[in-house]
Amino acid sequence: MTLLVRLRPYAFVLLLLLVWYIAVARQPTHLLPDPIAVLAALVELAQRGLLFKYIVASLFRVTWGFLLAAFTAIPLGLAIGWYRRAEMAFNPLIQIFRPISPLAWIPISILWFGVGDVAAIFLIFLASFLPLILTAINAVESIPAVYINAGRNFGLSTPALVYRVLYPAVVPQLIIGLRITLGIAWLVVVAAEMIAVNSGLGFLIVDARNAGNRYDLVVAGMIMIGVIGLMLDTGMRSLEKIRSLRWGYSED
Amino acid sequence: MSQATAPAASTTARAVKTKLRVEGISMIFRRDGKETSVLDNINLDVREGEFICLLGPSGCGKSTMLNVMAGFLAPTSGQVTIDGEAVTGPDPRRIFVFQERGVFPWLTVEGNIGFGLFKLTNEERDRRIAYYIKLVGLQGFEKAYPQELSGGMKQRLEVARALAVNPDMLFLDEPFGALDSITRLIMRGELLRIWEAEKKTIIFVTHDIEESVQLADRVVVMSARPAKIQQIVEIDIPHPRDISSPRYLELRDGIFEQIGLAHKV
Repeated sequence: MTLLVRLRPYAFVLLLLLVWYIAVARQPTHLLPDPIAVLAALVELAQRGLLFKYIVASLFRVTWGFLLAAFTAIPLGLAIGWYRRAEMAFNPLIQIFRPISPLAWIPISILWFGVGDVAAIFLIFLASFLPLILTAINAVESIPAVYINAGRNFGLSTPALVYRVLYPAVVPQLIIGLRITLGIAWLVVVAAEMIAVNSGLGFLIVDARNAGNRYDLVVAGMIMIGVIGLMLDTGMRSLEKIRSLRWGYSED
Repeated sequence: MSQATAPAASTTARAVKTKLRVEGISMIFRRDGKETSVLDNINLDVREGEFICLLGPSGCGKSTMLNVMAGFLAPTSGQVTIDGEAVTGPDPRRIFVFQERGVFPWLTVEGNIGFGLFKLTNEERDRRIAYYIKLVGLQGFEKAYPQELSGGMKQRLEVARALAVNPDMLFLDEPFGALDSITRLIMRGELLRIWEAEKKTIIFVTHDIEESVQLADRVVVMSARPAKIQQIVEIDIPHPRDISSPRYLELRDGIFEQIGLAHKV
């Protein structure tokens, strides 16, 4: 019974694939390739060695941009949240940059770094930095005062208070922030690759269209983007299951 | 409350030295340009080893008073001294117990109890953790996280964490307020047992008249805001207290009248 329940999402995907296949077979069209053609395109990409290469290229950019942002935005955000006056100083700046789509930075990043990995990494960094810094600020501000007071009561020095109370208290929220931000970073890398570089899954999509309207390759690229995005999210989500963090996620 | 210690002896033995002295404490909060007077010229001497209940209606300022005594809030005027030293901030020699909300959810029972023991050797630390786990009856839950515990267990955990650093004073802010009435009764007994075993000076804030008469050596009755000390009632009944004895009822009814409540529902 439980097995059947767990198989349900996969069964639904299979059903959709079948509907897709039948629909295209009954009404041949240039608007969408059928699933068999997409599968063939994936095999073709793998055989040409491009599939793996492009996935690695995209993941490489996301990893660097995301980690750079995480290692700068989180400490900075925690510090800003801790010293409330700093928040007053930073907040207007953050609020001005926030509505600017990371994609609006594409021309500037190409101007500064040329066409290549650095420009793409810079875009990922920008896209990740603001959500992470906001998460960190909010996480500090929402720490219940009792935890801080209890820490002070036991005679902790400020560094010890940061390490033993502030940090563990914000980790659950930071993980949620990291998960959401990684999703954003993955969205942005694809867009960045369409313009700023000549490899990666985003490039694959633009290139397949430009080089002879290979829509089977376009859809194959889209599917890979979706699958890898899902895997990244599942990976981040598994952090939420750590026993010492579970208090931050559920009521029960 | 299990074994009764020699009743009258316990009160006389610890009735000498002044532990904490509150002198002319006033507290005025300013918010949006409006001033609210919360505490008005409070004076109080607490003897070493004494169990004091601060009793008053909700919002009267008794928690503010407790926070001032513990060093979390600076008073607008007046001062608090403990052992002759002015209180300027929180101190591990006196621990504040914040209902059960104060336990750290990211630490296990062991981790919470050991939280304040960072200056000890590992061996001494483990020994103390084991001792206090037993004292508050949490054996078998050493590796459990607070969210896996009941409200009463979390409360006992927080008391154990406080006791583990061997403070000489405990400040308890309505510690049993969130518990169901049966657990609350059990916890009162446990607290008295621990108090008699560990000889701490305890200041306990409550709005529950029965609770204050069951626990305290002296009940400090506070008025509505701005809080003043309205009366200090000496509870001269030895532990364990018979809550249907005439003396108990007399003292309880006296406080009911003092607060202006008729004891009929």
